[in-house]
Amino acid sequence: MVISNKPLRFIIATLVACLPLISFANPEMDSVKVKTEVAHESAEAAHAEPTDVKSKIKEFINHHLLDSHDFTLSVNEETGEHYGVSLPIILWDNGLQVFLSSKFHHGEEIAEHNGNYYVLHHEKIYKTQADGELTEGENGFPTNVRPIDFSITKSVIGIMLVSLFMFLLFGSLAKSYSKNNGIASGVGRVFEPLVLYVRDEIAIPNIGEKNYKKYMSYLLTIFFFILFLNILGLMPLGFNVTGNIAITVSLAILTYIITTLTANKNYWGHIFWMPGVPTPMKFILAPIELLGTIIKPFSLMIRLYANMLAGHVVLMSIIGLMFIFKSWIGSTLSFGLAFALSILEILVAFLQAYIFTMLSALYFGAGNEEHHHDEAHH
Amino acid sequence: MQIPTIVGAGLIVIGAGLGIGRIGGSAMDAIARQPEASGKIQTAMLIAAALIEGIGFAALFAS
Repeated sequence: MVISNKPLRFIIATLVACLPLISFANPEMDSVKVKTEVAHESAEAAHAEPTDVKSKIKEFINHHLLDSHDFTLSVNEETGEHYGVSLPIILWDNGLQVFLSSKFHHGEEIAEHNGNYYVLHHEKIYKTQADGELTEGENGFPTNVRPIDFSITKSVIGIMLVSLFMFLLFGSLAKSYSKNNGIASGVGRVFEPLVLYVRDEIAIPNIGEKNYKKYMSYLLTIFFFILFLNILGLMPLGFNVTGNIAITVSLAILTYIITTLTANKNYWGHIFWMPGVPTPMKFILAPIELLGTIIKPFSLMIRLYANMLAGHVVLMSIIGLMFIFKSWIGSTLSFGLAFALSILEILVAFLQAYIFTMLSALYFGAGNEEHHHDEAHH
Repeated sequence: MQIPTIVGAGLIVIGAGLGIGRIGGSAMDAIARQPEASGKIQTAMLIAAALIEGIGFAALFAS
């Protein structure tokens, strides 16, 4: 075997391959506690145990999927201590209100700032009176006033990290070309083929030789942005950025704006006055085509969001199975399954970045198509 | 009698699964016949599969 000749590299590769598994250290830690609790309870009531573990796992997964106002790495359930850092809360409520999220004590206490009282309820901030009472509306949501929230949340930290990483990485890649006689050096060598792939396999075939250059910056940015955020979601810190609909909405809106603003007259002609069909048909096709322009970015948004969300839910549920079965065979199976799924998730991370970029390029290309004379006469 | 929305979502997922299966199977056939065109076939296959997948997920979230 080639690998065994380089034992150090093999060890490093194995460590990297096992990294995704560490991201589930938190449920493990939590559930060890759950296990012991349950063991005590099961002596009294045999039927009570599965619901308790199940609801705890469910709660943990739901908490992971939401964006959070503090960066908690682990929780000690016995002492209630949270290990992690507080993040700044920025609210617009009769002026800018800035304070640290440690004031909330992870949603357990009422935060007082400049005479205003705020409560953190399911990762949403509500303004309350001094007693912190939330009045519940008809549909189960609190009716309290929600100040406009500009907080630096966990997802924002993830985006900042990835942006900084991309800036440094591709900045150094660009610099290395001028230093090294047009040949990439260092880490950039790994990413040069990916950049070329986006150009040669995604941009040029879909947009065309003539127009592809003005879209390259956007296509490369979203490809690496989504790719790195997807990979970050598989890493131990427990980010779930691309599985958050707010982020995919903004990416899809960017694609929609660029398509709409850079489209030529043929594109609009095909939407409002489809050539080559009978006149009554043109009136029917116009609203359908117009709706289609909105459905396209909408499907982009749903696809990325749902794929990443489903991946996280399935992985964490399978890890959770370990604590429901509580036998060596169940644990071994779910560990093996989780390992295989983690590897599948790496593939999905690449695939979703590729699909998003590919379809964006396809829409840009549709907006830039030149008029085909023969098409109209057939 | 009222049919729960989750049943409709299930039907759509079955349809989406059948559709993606067909795309994958046809792509396999095509690659077996013309291995030199596998790159192009894969690209087209992924796009078609992604479009169907979008509908499946939309159904799941609507339910």
